[in-house]
Amino acid sequence: MTAAAITRTRAFPTLVGVLALVAAIALIEVLIRLGAINRFIVPLPSQIALSFERVIVEEGIPERFWLTLREAFWATMLLTVFGVGIGVLLHRIKTLRLATETWVAAFASAPTVLMYPLFLVIFGRSANTIIMMGFVAGLAPVILKTVEGLAGTRRVLIDVGRSFKLTPWQLYWKILFPAALPSIFVGIKLGMIFALINIVGVEFLINFGGLGQLINELAERYDLAGTYAAICFVVLVSVLFFMFTERVERWLRPVN
Amino acid sequence: MAQTGQLTQAPAALPGLSRVTLLRIAIVLTILVVWEATAASGLLFRDVVPSLVVIVRALWNLLFEPDFYWHLGVTAGEVGTALLIGGLAGLAVGIALGANRFLSQAFEHFLYYLGPTPKIIFFPVMIMWFGVGSGSKVAMGTISCFFPIALSVAAGMRQIDQVLIRVGRSFRANTWQMVTKVYLPAMRAPIINGVRLGLGVAIIGTLLAETKLSNRGVGFLIINSYSTFNMPRMYSLLIVVFVLAIGANAVVSRLGNLEAIKTR
Repeated sequence: MTAAAITRTRAFPTLVGVLALVAAIALIEVLIRLGAINRFIVPLPSQIALSFERVIVEEGIPERFWLTLREAFWATMLLTVFGVGIGVLLHRIKTLRLATETWVAAFASAPTVLMYPLFLVIFGRSANTIIMMGFVAGLAPVILKTVEGLAGTRRVLIDVGRSFKLTPWQLYWKILFPAALPSIFVGIKLGMIFALINIVGVEFLINFGGLGQLINELAERYDLAGTYAAICFVVLVSVLFFMFTERVERWLRPVN
Repeated sequence: MAQTGQLTQAPAALPGLSRVTLLRIAIVLTILVVWEATAASGLLFRDVVPSLVVIVRALWNLLFEPDFYWHLGVTAGEVGTALLIGGLAGLAVGIALGANRFLSQAFEHFLYYLGPTPKIIFFPVMIMWFGVGSGSKVAMGTISCFFPIALSVAAGMRQIDQVLIRVGRSFRANTWQMVTKVYLPAMRAPIINGVRLGLGVAIIGTLLAETKLSNRGVGFLIINSYSTFNMPRMYSLLIVVFVLAIGANAVVSRLGNLEAIKTR
């Protein structure tokens, strides 16, 4: 392939992006070695890379990872049950929906994570606080997307169900629910992302649990390279998590 | 994600008290009664669920405390500075990514995937870079609000009517003129939406940083009331923060709606 052909391929911009990132890291390394950046504030990227192994082996990354994952799992379960349940309720009772949908939307824009000291008092400094924080943070999008999906069911589908004399229960299970499923999944995905952000954040803030606490602990030990490595690790994990949820979402989305 | 935080306008209530309004009043009253009953029954720890009278009194005291406004001012200054820096940086990056297909393909997925990572974990690094004072809080707010604004502006750039861009080009507008005369006016709605999302996360980033390590600001007051186990004060602080944050969100999104009506 000639150089011109390479620049026309789809992978070329991505390659440039990755190379630019590598170049930036190399530049930082050089600047630190030259003394332009204080190495007690920004450790050498090569040092960070080397401390990855140390952090993974010595700080019990697998256990921490599982703990965070378990917290995220329980928060997602709560989100799904309560979020979808409340969504169905709001859709069933129209007056209730009209009365409270604005409140739910307002709640979605509220800085709920700031309630963590309150949750600390109620649930103690434990995994429960973290799970509940994740749950509260992700609840609103699940409710809103469930209502949106149910309300957006095509009229014709409901009419078909009615003409088959389906009971309200059958109408729900056979028509409304399947039609709303893509939207509900979008809601759960959003809720999961909010939950994960808040779970890691609260772990860091209250110094308890999995990956978030690791960063706090390394920072308090003033293990600079370790702190940077742990931050890179958490960012990497969350990026992989978003990629994964996106893949699942694309896989679940019905083919139009 | 953009839609979930949007405040949707409920249909206007009928004259007099409609069923919706009555239901709203009933829900609020039920919550208040259940709360007060729980507080009085002592089923939960009394300090965790204090009586409404105690909370209202704490709120009243808080609102007449000159110190509180000083702390509120500190936090507002930090959030404002963060939104200014993060917003301008986001705008510049968003315009660059939106205008240039190659740059967008090369770098936008970095922003897209970094956007939803928990920003608070960068706080230890921000402390090392900008110190334990207001600097590190502003930095937290800045990196929080940069991503939604940059992504929203980049998406907005791509939705600009191509005719407008061609008109600008045919008048031989230079880059600065293109930005100020074509791009920015055509992107008011996505910019306002980005600012709305950015403001929300800037408030969260700044206040969380204050709860972690600081000696001033509303976040500090919240964590201080936790340390001294002053629950009524914590509730009143949370009420004030929620009202202000939801209010600011509503004001910015109202601005966006007004713009949308004007352009119609």
